[in-house]
Amino acid sequence: MIAEIGHFALVLALAVACVQAVVPLVGAERGERAWMDLAGPAAVAQLVLVGIAFAALTHAYVTSDFSLLNVAQNSHTDKPMLYKVSGVWGNHEGSLLLWITILALFGAAVTAFGGNLPPTLKARALAVQALITVGFLAFILFTSNPFERLDPPPMNGSGLNPLLQDPGLAFHPPFLYLGYVGFSMAFSFAIAALIEGKVDAAWARWVRPWTLAAWVFLTLGIALGSWWAYYELGWGGWWYWDPVENASFMPWLAGTALLHSAVVVEKRDALKSWTILLAIVTFGLSLLGTFLVRSGVITSVHAFASDPTRGVFILMLLVVAIGGSFMLYAVRAPALKTGGLFAPISREGALLLNNVLMATGAGTVLLGTLYPLFADALSLGKVSVGPPFFNSVFVPLMVPMVLAMGMGPLVSWKRGDLAGALARVKLAMAAALAAAIATWVMQGGSAGPWWAAGGIGLAVWLLLGTLTEIAERVRLFRAPLGDSMRRAANLPRAAWGMTLAHGGLAVLIAGMTASSAWKAESVQTMTIGETVTVAGYAFTLKAVRDVDGPNYLATEGTFEVAKDGKVFALVTPEKRTYRQPPRPTTEAAIVGTFLGDVYAVIGDAVPEGGWVTRLYFNPLVPWMWVGCLIMVAGGLVSLSDRRHRIGAPTRARAAAAQAAKA
Amino acid sequence: MTRKQRRLYFVVLGLLAVGAAAALVLTALKEDIVFFFSPTEIVEAKVPTEGRRIRLGGLVETGSVVKEGASVRFTVTDGAHAVPVIYAGILPDLFREGQGVVTEGRMDKGTFQAAEVLAKHDENYMPKEVADSLKKSGQWQGDGGKTPEAAK
Repeated sequence: MIAEIGHFALVLALAVACVQAVVPLVGAERGERAWMDLAGPAAVAQLVLVGIAFAALTHAYVTSDFSLLNVAQNSHTDKPMLYKVSGVWGNHEGSLLLWITILALFGAAVTAFGGNLPPTLKARALAVQALITVGFLAFILFTSNPFERLDPPPMNGSGLNPLLQDPGLAFHPPFLYLGYVGFSMAFSFAIAALIEGKVDAAWARWVRPWTLAAWVFLTLGIALGSWWAYYELGWGGWWYWDPVENASFMPWLAGTALLHSAVVVEKRDALKSWTILLAIVTFGLSLLGTFLVRSGVITSVHAFASDPTRGVFILMLLVVAIGGSFMLYAVRAPALKTGGLFAPISREGALLLNNVLMATGAGTVLLGTLYPLFADALSLGKVSVGPPFFNSVFVPLMVPMVLAMGMGPLVSWKRGDLAGALARVKLAMAAALAAAIATWVMQGGSAGPWWAAGGIGLAVWLLLGTLTEIAERVRLFRAPLGDSMRRAANLPRAAWGMTLAHGGLAVLIAGMTASSAWKAESVQTMTIGETVTVAGYAFTLKAVRDVDGPNYLATEGTFEVAKDGKVFALVTPEKRTYRQPPRPTTEAAIVGTFLGDVYAVIGDAVPEGGWVTRLYFNPLVPWMWVGCLIMVAGGLVSLSDRRHRIGAPTRARAAAAQAAKA
Repeated sequence: MTRKQRRLYFVVLGLLAVGAAAALVLTALKEDIVFFFSPTEIVEAKVPTEGRRIRLGGLVETGSVVKEGASVRFTVTDGAHAVPVIYAGILPDLFREGQGVVTEGRMDKGTFQAAEVLAKHDENYMPKEVADSLKKSGQWQGDGGKTPEAAK
């Protein structure tokens, strides 16, 4: 019964979305206030209806209602509660329901916080949001209904894919989707602005916080996915340039560019039509990402078995959404008035450089990801485009970007002074050079890869350039310390946010460089008592025993890890075999240190005696996760900036003004 | 700086970035992409595959998996022909006899030296290339990603 209510709520939501997509749009055109005002309540109604559907499916999972096909295929009574809940979105149908729930959440958020928006802009943006909802609700209802019944119901379900029974992956999809779908806000506002024919600073002030929020979630989602792949798949790597990984990375690149170009629109009233285009492209890439993951058109190590008819539906959705918006853009963008002028050497110029390189980077990733499809269609043979391609194309494009990033914030708006900025980063430049040389010497010259020194140098350059900028702002060491502290406290939070985000990227670059350059790995058969040394860490296999878990059986190995003769840690990697579905998973044992991860994997027993083991030392990998977290923290700090807060501050200010009058 | 000059700057910057990217992409496409072959294509040797880094995909022949210390031997088949594979390392968790597999490595005197056996997250997932090559050899008509009965 509850499932039927959920299904019915979805159908009602579709009806509401159809109304919300048409009436406010027509109302805005005709200037009928009542028609426009329909958008707000409709968006809230949608959230309520979709929320009911989501709650109904969650209820079915929590109570293990196997009369639902979706639950029977993806759940099991033995599963821990966390994975019963995360099982809701651990499958195709449920993950789409999550997608649409988040979309409804954002729509309702516009209603809640959008009190001070121009009514026509708000009505149009909500109508566009509803159009996206219509597409996805139709997709769910016609091809992927999560509420399909199964008669007779089985005694128990077939269980959730064990690889997904993991805390990292339980929260990876929601964050990723919050990011993907969050970009729909920028998209809806971009389309609304195109219809209005007007983009101004107020528009950018509105779009920035939403884009920033989406960016924060997407960054976190990608980091979680990468972290999961690192410890759960037992391969010691963290990024494979696989189509599904690229699918999440492309919107991130475009979204990051959008974030920076929206700054230029807000502050300088320039780059308007470019920003609109980026908003469309960013959300388009999010849709493409959903399509690539859900259709199985490209071979991926992260793909799940899928139904091709669904792929066709999303492809059509993609064509209509992207094709339609580009057409609208082509017709309306020339009418947008361009604003402030700026010299090539200026803050705007630096942000533009960032945009061009980010967009080009996203373009090359797109090309590499889709190339196998083109090659197949043109009968050039079946090819795969993997890490070597992306490393030799994408990385060189990002080098000039990081170089510019180190000093971009030091250049002033409108017309900058290159010589002055260069003089201020002398110290950072010297330190980066010194770090690169030191890295080269420490790795034994050409014994390590040549690019490692460059990568570490870049990281140091970016970190020190960023710190120089904030130090300049608070006049550290120039003014008395108390004065600097006061200045620091008065700096807008957005400035701290940028410092954190750029600094986090520096830490991330250091981690990525070190772990790619100096990873030490050893695969062998080990018997009990045997010792293998990897990068100075001596791993001794102490014992192997069987472990009985809640819904799996595991072979657990115990390794003693010693460094310089001193025992440093006991680690216990496992190889699990789940009962339902009967599949094996690898649980790597990882001990993080400041300098890197000690990483051990145990494999199958060998008939001659012993076990296959895989031991790694992954240098600076924890820096990558810390770097991502610093970037996320930067986004959150910036989001808490008073100037970014939506709705509330103006109302509070108005209230304060009234109180003062009274 | 006039509007025109600014636009020119914008265009030149864009062209530079796109030009650099195009140069990088073209070099990389020449060197860094890996072709996929089915066992039949390798055995018939219409294209020289010896020594090049390629991908080989098909079904893991039932009963062919032999472990020798830390390395594993198995045979990849598409029903018509089969190629022996040797791989040193831990097989991915979902590697199974009778199931689809994609390996990457080099042909060396009739044996495929795999450097990587690609992982997958879902037993029922069949990489597109494998599905296509099985369809071509008539082993599989394609029904929603299921493994053909004959290979089980």
